[in-house]
Amino acid sequence: MSHAASVHSLWTLAADAPKKIPGPHIEYAQLAPVLIVLGAALLGVLVEAFLPRRARYHAQVLLTVVGLAAAFASVVALAVGGYAHDKAHVAAMGAVAVDGPALFLQGTVLLVGLVAVFTFAERRLDPAVQGRPVDSFAAQAGAVPGGDAEQRAVMAGFVTTEVFPVLLFAIGGMLVFPAANDLLTLFVALEVFSLPLYVLCALARRQRLLSQEAAVKYFLLGAFSSAFLLFGVALLYGYAGTVTYAGIADVVSGNVQTPGPALADTMGNDALLLVGGAMVLMGLLFKVGAVPFHMWTPDVYQGAPTPVTGFMAAATKVAAFGALLRLLYVVLPGMRWDWRPVMWGVAIVTMLVGAIVAVTQTDVKRLLAYSSIAHAGFILAGVIAVSPAGVSSVLFYLAAYSFVTLGAFAVVTLVRDAGGEATHLSKWAGLGRRSPLVAAVFAVFLLAFAGIPLTSGFAGKFAVFKAAAQGGAAPLVIIGVLSSAIAAFFYIRVIVLMFFSEPKADGPTVAVPSPVTSVAIALGVIVTVVLGVAPQYFLDLAGQAAVFAR
Amino acid sequence: MNPVNYLYLAALLFTVGAAGVLIRRNAIVLFMCIELMLNACNLAFVTFSRMHGNLDGQVIAFFTMVVAAAEVVIGLAIIVTIFRSRHSASVDDSGLLKL
Repeated sequence: MSHAASVHSLWTLAADAPKKIPGPHIEYAQLAPVLIVLGAALLGVLVEAFLPRRARYHAQVLLTVVGLAAAFASVVALAVGGYAHDKAHVAAMGAVAVDGPALFLQGTVLLVGLVAVFTFAERRLDPAVQGRPVDSFAAQAGAVPGGDAEQRAVMAGFVTTEVFPVLLFAIGGMLVFPAANDLLTLFVALEVFSLPLYVLCALARRQRLLSQEAAVKYFLLGAFSSAFLLFGVALLYGYAGTVTYAGIADVVSGNVQTPGPALADTMGNDALLLVGGAMVLMGLLFKVGAVPFHMWTPDVYQGAPTPVTGFMAAATKVAAFGALLRLLYVVLPGMRWDWRPVMWGVAIVTMLVGAIVAVTQTDVKRLLAYSSIAHAGFILAGVIAVSPAGVSSVLFYLAAYSFVTLGAFAVVTLVRDAGGEATHLSKWAGLGRRSPLVAAVFAVFLLAFAGIPLTSGFAGKFAVFKAAAQGGAAPLVIIGVLSSAIAAFFYIRVIVLMFFSEPKADGPTVAVPSPVTSVAIALGVIVTVVLGVAPQYFLDLAGQAAVFAR
Repeated sequence: MNPVNYLYLAALLFTVGAAGVLIRRNAIVLFMCIELMLNACNLAFVTFSRMHGNLDGQVIAFFTMVVAAAEVVIGLAIIVTIFRSRHSASVDDSGLLKL
């Protein structure tokens, strides 16, 4: 006790005059993307509170689009202003990095969010109720499915315009997540983007029980995994005595010259470092949907409203891989001999399980979910490279993959029958005869998923596997190519099903969307083809952005 | 008392919470177990803060509490919604989403 009291005089200084606490120095201009998005989200809440119901939809869509566009413009301004290269640094008292990878991923998340807003705003797919158009979200989320309250809400033509501010809050968290430069910011950003996603999952207009069940599963498993992440943060804090990335990295690589007695004690305890690092990694791998933390992915992707699924599949991966890269490359490069074998194993099982289990799927949304698991494995192969080429290839892959995913899920919203979306694969038979354009667009996305040349999927996979091979992970590349071949089988199978089988008499119809969804799908196709035909400019862009600030 | 003992207690609480999530079947109880895990994290933070003699850990404990409160708001809302439509909060009854 006496020893402890002499070391920690921190709590016994009350007799002295209180010192003034210096205010933190915050670089607001450099945090502008996050502040704009969260500001727009708060305005959206006010719109919900004060505008009449009729005016809310248009006000919310306008506000969301303007907010995201303004945030993207400020990301571009920061990148042009040199914050991606020579002026890259850590802002907000060491909490948030403003550097190449952060700006690149923030730009990607914002563009993905912008396109997702278009699919959220679609109101022509469901039949109008009493002349009022409705979107794909529940009339009143709190009403019991099939109950009186719900019927009244549906007949009154209610729509849940809250989804737009909720979406903005999620995007705000996703902007901070890949830029977080201390473990506390990492945890808070994780929760800020996860909690709105849990809510969004529960809001489907059709098949509400399925949607609510998906939300419960996602919430319970997500909260479970974030508790693991938090305990990992606690252990790393115990190991290094600080939660800043730079501080932990110094302790990990043994750069601390004169550690205090407490630090010298905990520094020698590798269990804290290894267990803590593993638990933080677990939390992040859960978010990217890597095996063995992938169990939630198919259920949640299937149950959530399809626009939300598209957004979640694209943007969550971007943000979570950004955070994973920063953690592994900035905090734990000193122990890469410990984490590389583990990540090797995770990448291999992720690629194989994703590709093999997808073959047995009969539901389009579940199929795309397993495909997203396989893609998480491919991206992990690039993460393992531990080189600038690895970072740039992962950045490029994320940008390419997210637009393919958004576009594919947007197409899924169009194929409908009386019960809403017709997601069972048997119903997609002969779609190419009924609606050649939609089937062709979906085929483009599937080919991009499969990594066929002249699509963005090929350029991304090539970059990732090349980086992995140069990083000494040749066996990983071989397994990656093998599982790509397995994955190609089921993508091609869907294409064959769409074009070379007879349409059923009671098959689904392809709804004619309003311009918003058309724009979203068209953007998906354009990005997929442009990144596939002329990837060099964007590869260079990702290459320039591939240096982390410390 | 040696502060390391509190770390053992934190690890024990965390394990009890994690085991509860895996074993119990009622969504509310699962949720309480997750809260227990978060509180175990708080205890670890505060203990490490004491060992290292800086205040970071104690500040983080406050952040954790705020996050846990936000999680309660979202989580109970979702669980209550599904309870009203199913009249059961057991996670075993949720079987619509299967392979």
